[in-house]
Amino acid sequence: MTKRRTWLYFIPYGLWLALFVIAPVALIIYQSFFDLGHHFTLGNYSAYFQSATYLKMTLNSVWYAFLITLFTGLISYPTAYFLHGLKHRQLWLLLVILPTWINILLKAYAFIGIFSQAGLANQFLSFIGIGPQQILFTNASFIFVATYIQIPFMILPIFNALDDLNPAFINASQDLGASGWQTFSKVVFPLTLPGVKAGVQAVFIPSLSLFMLTRLIGGNKVITLGTAIEEHFLTTMNWGMGSTIGVVLIIAMVVVMLLTGDQKPKGGTPR
Amino acid sequence: MKRLISIIVALLAICGLLGYSSDRLQASSGSTGSHVLNLYNWGDYIDPGLLTKFQKETGYHVNVETFDSNEAMYTKIKQGGTQYDLAIPSEYMVAKMKRAHLLKPLDQRKLTGWHNYDPRFLNQSFDRGNRYSMPYFWGTLGIIYNDKYVRANEVQHWQDLWSPKFHDKIMLIDSARDIMGMALITQGQSMNSTDPATLSAAEKKLNNLAPNVKAVVADEIKMYMIQNEAPLAVDWSGEAAEMLANNPHLHYIVPSEGSNLWFDNLVIPKTATHTKAIYAFLNFMSEPQNAAQNAKYIGYATPNKAAKALLPRSVRDDQQFYPNQQTLQHLQVYQDLSPAKVQLYNDRYLEFKMHH
Repeated sequence: MTKRRTWLYFIPYGLWLALFVIAPVALIIYQSFFDLGHHFTLGNYSAYFQSATYLKMTLNSVWYAFLITLFTGLISYPTAYFLHGLKHRQLWLLLVILPTWINILLKAYAFIGIFSQAGLANQFLSFIGIGPQQILFTNASFIFVATYIQIPFMILPIFNALDDLNPAFINASQDLGASGWQTFSKVVFPLTLPGVKAGVQAVFIPSLSLFMLTRLIGGNKVITLGTAIEEHFLTTMNWGMGSTIGVVLIIAMVVVMLLTGDQKPKGGTPR
Repeated sequence: MKRLISIIVALLAICGLLGYSSDRLQASSGSTGSHVLNLYNWGDYIDPGLLTKFQKETGYHVNVETFDSNEAMYTKIKQGGTQYDLAIPSEYMVAKMKRAHLLKPLDQRKLTGWHNYDPRFLNQSFDRGNRYSMPYFWGTLGIIYNDKYVRANEVQHWQDLWSPKFHDKIMLIDSARDIMGMALITQGQSMNSTDPATLSAAEKKLNNLAPNVKAVVADEIKMYMIQNEAPLAVDWSGEAAEMLANNPHLHYIVPSEGSNLWFDNLVIPKTATHTKAIYAFLNFMSEPQNAAQNAKYIGYATPNKAAKALLPRSVRDDQQFYPNQQTLQHLQVYQDLSPAKVQLYNDRYLEFKMHH
């Protein structure tokens, strides 16, 4: 009886997974094997891997996603660390998460206002005597805005990892004579690494296929795989090729998950 | 557990209530009745006053749904399940929809307004004899410049954009066909070329333009140009009209050596059901008074000759939007290319975008 009950409970989840996870992925993989004339082909894949353009674009995407993840991490870890030590930390955390409630397009347009020729940033530069600079449509502004948007998704898992950390470890480390830095580098950081890994997963993958920002902030000077997918679905209407790039992204995602996934500790002793 | 269940019940109740009220709203707006017309249009592309007037005159209520690209519209109509009575695709899309058997031919006996139209804009290559389409607006591709930074005589021709003095000054509209077309016409080629060598040459030409290109953007171009973000842009006349209305320093030029001539057209998708309302609307929009009112509201060039005569002199003599006969002769209409050829254009264009 109870066994049947649990089986019943699984139905909604099973349906959900099948309809919204497995089916779309299967459809994308299926589509990627068809050419413009709806004939079965492996041509999309061979075209992808033989095209210098696509390979360069892939490298570009990975490079920019890496930079965005790196900067996000560099900013997020110290932020999460300090937030965790604050008195009203739930309130502060709420303030950090608040921007995610605002639509990404609105945020992009806000940055256009700040970075444009007559925008706040340039007014400030003029004020301190440097004079207006071209900020919009540069790689730096693209990475800046993308990093800003991704930061909450990195802070949250790190914050949670810090929250889960048993303070007894830190006390023990201090009692045994470790310096502040040693405690951090040998105890706190290794134990919160799963949070960092989760953050990397949450930031790197979406960064690979950013396409609205590449146009709005980057002025299409940064071209990522997302741009190519958008074009194949909306302009060329070559869904096969678009899906092929989608499959490549899914594979990239799996690779990142494997690289950052939880490995079973080998040998038993923490390094 | 009890609390969880009560929350779920409350959520379901709210959903049910919302569903019911939206259903009521739908019914009261009458999208399913017989006295309606379902128009599938670009965003903000008809004077709302005309819809009210049409309802007053004929009793048909117009439901407007909008799309933001020809391809999105095509996909939606092709997949079916829609009830659109009229749609407004661009010219190459009319040809594509015709070939895909998505259009119903116009019943010429029921149309009373053809004599109002300028014959120069009828019987085009994408729909000979206007069997399926009625022109709605037309326009061009051209250069917008800001007279604060650029003199008019510096940008009379496409080739002028390649001048080294415009380093990092130009914004391009993110459209493969238009930007490749611009390069083709600068090299004296047809905007419908499909020869790979010609297209490669056009890509090389574009790569040379890359240092002058500030950004390749879409609708945002309007906002940027109005805010003086860039001195030069390549965009469509319709977009230009809106920019000019918001910034007196902006001007629009259609280079006399040639450019694109585009049409947006009223067509009847296969799914149409309200035949009477459709023809009432087509005839209503052909009336000079109404077409003129619409042209004043939208700011695009009307193909309706009688309506143009009703527009203020300053509008109808404006060479920016109603170019003279000589320039008009050099304008080229896009042909609908096969998907493989479109791909050729897009690949070259993507390579150009990656170039800088």
